[in-house]
Amino acid sequence: MKQQYVYGLAALLTIVGLSVFAYKWQVLGFPISKDQETRVWTIESSISFDSGPGSIKVNLHIPTLTPGFRMLNENSVSRGYGFSLNYGTGGREAQWAIRRADGRQTIYYRVSVFEDAKHDQSDTTPPFPPPPAINEPFRTAVDVIVADVNDHSADTASFTSELLRRMNDQSPDPNIELLLSDADTPTEFVETITMILASARIPARMVRGFRLQGRQRNAEQLVWLEVHDGDRWRYFNPLTGEEGLPDRYLIWWRGNEPLIRVEGGSNVQVGFAVQENNLDTIAIAESRAAKKGTSLIDFSLYSLPIQTQAVYSVLLMIPIGAMVMVVLRNIVGIDAFGTFMPVLIALAFRETKLFWGVMLFTLLVALGLSIRFLLDRLRLLLVPRLSAVLIVVVLLMLIISMISHKLGLETGLSVALFPMVIIAMTIERMSVVWEERGPADAMRAAMGSLAIAIVAYIFMGIAWLEHLIFTFPELLLVALAMVVLVGRYTGYRLLELSRFRALAGS
Amino acid sequence: MFAIARRLREAGVLGLNKRNTNFIMRLNPRRLYPRVDDKILTKELALAAGMAVPELYGIISNQRQVREFAGIVGDRESFVIKPAQGSGGDGILIVIGRSQRRRDTYRLSNGVRITEAEIAHHISNIVSGQYSLSGNPDKALIEYCVQFDPVFADLSYQGVPDIRVIVYRGYPTMAMVRLPTQASGGKANLHQGAVGAGVDMSTGETLTGVLENEIVDEHPDTGTLIAGLRIPQWDFILQLAARGYDVTDLGYLGVDIVVDRDLGPLILEMNVRPGLSIQIANCIGLTSRLARIDELYDKTATPAERARIARLEFPAERQASMPFGQ
Repeated sequence: MKQQYVYGLAALLTIVGLSVFAYKWQVLGFPISKDQETRVWTIESSISFDSGPGSIKVNLHIPTLTPGFRMLNENSVSRGYGFSLNYGTGGREAQWAIRRADGRQTIYYRVSVFEDAKHDQSDTTPPFPPPPAINEPFRTAVDVIVADVNDHSADTASFTSELLRRMNDQSPDPNIELLLSDADTPTEFVETITMILASARIPARMVRGFRLQGRQRNAEQLVWLEVHDGDRWRYFNPLTGEEGLPDRYLIWWRGNEPLIRVEGGSNVQVGFAVQENNLDTIAIAESRAAKKGTSLIDFSLYSLPIQTQAVYSVLLMIPIGAMVMVVLRNIVGIDAFGTFMPVLIALAFRETKLFWGVMLFTLLVALGLSIRFLLDRLRLLLVPRLSAVLIVVVLLMLIISMISHKLGLETGLSVALFPMVIIAMTIERMSVVWEERGPADAMRAAMGSLAIAIVAYIFMGIAWLEHLIFTFPELLLVALAMVVLVGRYTGYRLLELSRFRALAGS
Repeated sequence: MFAIARRLREAGVLGLNKRNTNFIMRLNPRRLYPRVDDKILTKELALAAGMAVPELYGIISNQRQVREFAGIVGDRESFVIKPAQGSGGDGILIVIGRSQRRRDTYRLSNGVRITEAEIAHHISNIVSGQYSLSGNPDKALIEYCVQFDPVFADLSYQGVPDIRVIVYRGYPTMAMVRLPTQASGGKANLHQGAVGAGVDMSTGETLTGVLENEIVDEHPDTGTLIAGLRIPQWDFILQLAARGYDVTDLGYLGVDIVVDRDLGPLILEMNVRPGLSIQIANCIGLTSRLARIDELYDKTATPAERARIARLEFPAERQASMPFGQ
């Protein structure tokens, strides 16, 4: 009965711990390995214009749906302007407004995005476009092209590719030549294509955006074509007919509308600058979680002040040390002084590093022990004697630090991090065992303590484990489950196999 | 490694983890611990039940009373000082004689001479809790020093051999004689270096010995063959051990009994966490015997009946008692 409770509790703790971990890792994107960085692009659009006499209103198309990218943050820099975000026919629009302005004005809109291949935001299915009104002789040319391409294709996608192939032909059809006679820019070229597609009742729209690559002072707009096949939007290169989006292509806005409308201003210039940075993946995961309104993030250690974080990154390893100790004591069966002494010594080793840690610890205990034996002759009462040992330990630490500093050994200074009360208690306990059970037992338990401390130190020093526990403290629930399970372990301890080996003979 | 674990399991050897979870935690409720952890209370309970214990000369319960030590001892030649809440035999001082001319000089069981001031310091350490299980202030007991039965003379070195009986739910289950050695400083504790010798439950005859987890045939100091010694008043010893359960209500108990030359078997102390080396001394695991007792368990059985069951059910298997491995 009790056994089942224990298993149940351990299972519950493990499930809770692992599911929170999985959510934070998979959904929120917290990194499981240390120092992961994500490339972040900041695109800054600067709008400058000469202000007119009256009120000014500026409307700028800004990114709405960005397949392949996630938005980290956006902001606007505009002195004295009222700022609002609206939804228009081509997606989101930023609007700045001011009653009066003098001279040349400059407004900035900045957005930061990072790549996320899994992010596939698709638009809603559009209605079939109405057949556009086209004047002759273009009307006939469009009808001929649509009928001809229709004969050479099977569906929307193949229709689009076939059309694009013909439009880009070196020696085009006379009908196409007629339609393209006015199309001088890529924008006009794609506009013509969407017009032909609309005549074939295929929803299509122009897509404009930027290819993000390194740092660009003046990013060039790249025009793309988007066609809906009744199921989803598909992307086509208008110049080759190939399907798909270019690498790292950030869609800025869709449709034929111009990028910007300025009322009450003239001589409008819009520039785009791109900057590439590497940002800590954790920061990105956090901002994403904050956008989702996940309350989990409120418990993240990264929201604590940096100094407190440093303390916790050490403290959170103590359960790992305790777990190591539980295994070594209850499954392996090593004797040690004090329940948590080895873990605290292991903590001190973090600063001194292993070799010097072991040296300093051995030196301190050996010196302390010999002085403890001298004190014994004075026949002091227990508590004053313990206090005397403690004072001696502090003095010894001081002397070791001084001497090693004089010798130029900086490691000796870190002896100050040893838990002196614990060491004083260890010395006292060891001297009692020494007297009562002999030096062999005392040395064995001391060696056991040191061995556990070393193993605990090694585990507590694994960098990725430290990062893992710090980023996902819920994993401590799994550690708790493990400790609970070991608490009900009724098998032999490893060292018992040797202890009872005489009984295993027959 | 797994093969050894499997063979041990097949041999029914009880491990520390299993002892702690399945027996001590299940059968020994915490609230009953003081009955055995406090030796003064144990003595009172045993006396109230009419069981024989070494006579208590006096108790020193605070630093001020340390001076009264000489008065408590009076003119006695030998006595034992022990902490009321000590563990594993720590802090026990056995005084076996004192100088005729200078009465404040004492001789310990290991031959060392010690002054009254040194004894007073030791008592003071006991009272401040140096040897107590919890580290809390403790009391020191001064009691009768057992004069062991000459039957053990060849099998012990400077100390009093005692008999440890594991009592499970009131039934004596396994027993061993603990023989002091030079290494153990005259103390009868296995982890201090004493020899443990298994005992045939049906006859009270010693089997082979164990020293530091190794099987030995002879006492390391006297060279006497360990096996074949018949413990006197064996049936009475088993009944005394069985009654240990009635006074403590502890289902998994170690009862330590000494045989005094004049007074016969006396209960020395009891233990809630009896060690597992007794299995090595007897060359047999505890598990099968514990399971047999679960089958036979009768709530109404008297201590005498339980002792009889033990003698009937757990005779030593002669073959298993043969030394091997050397």
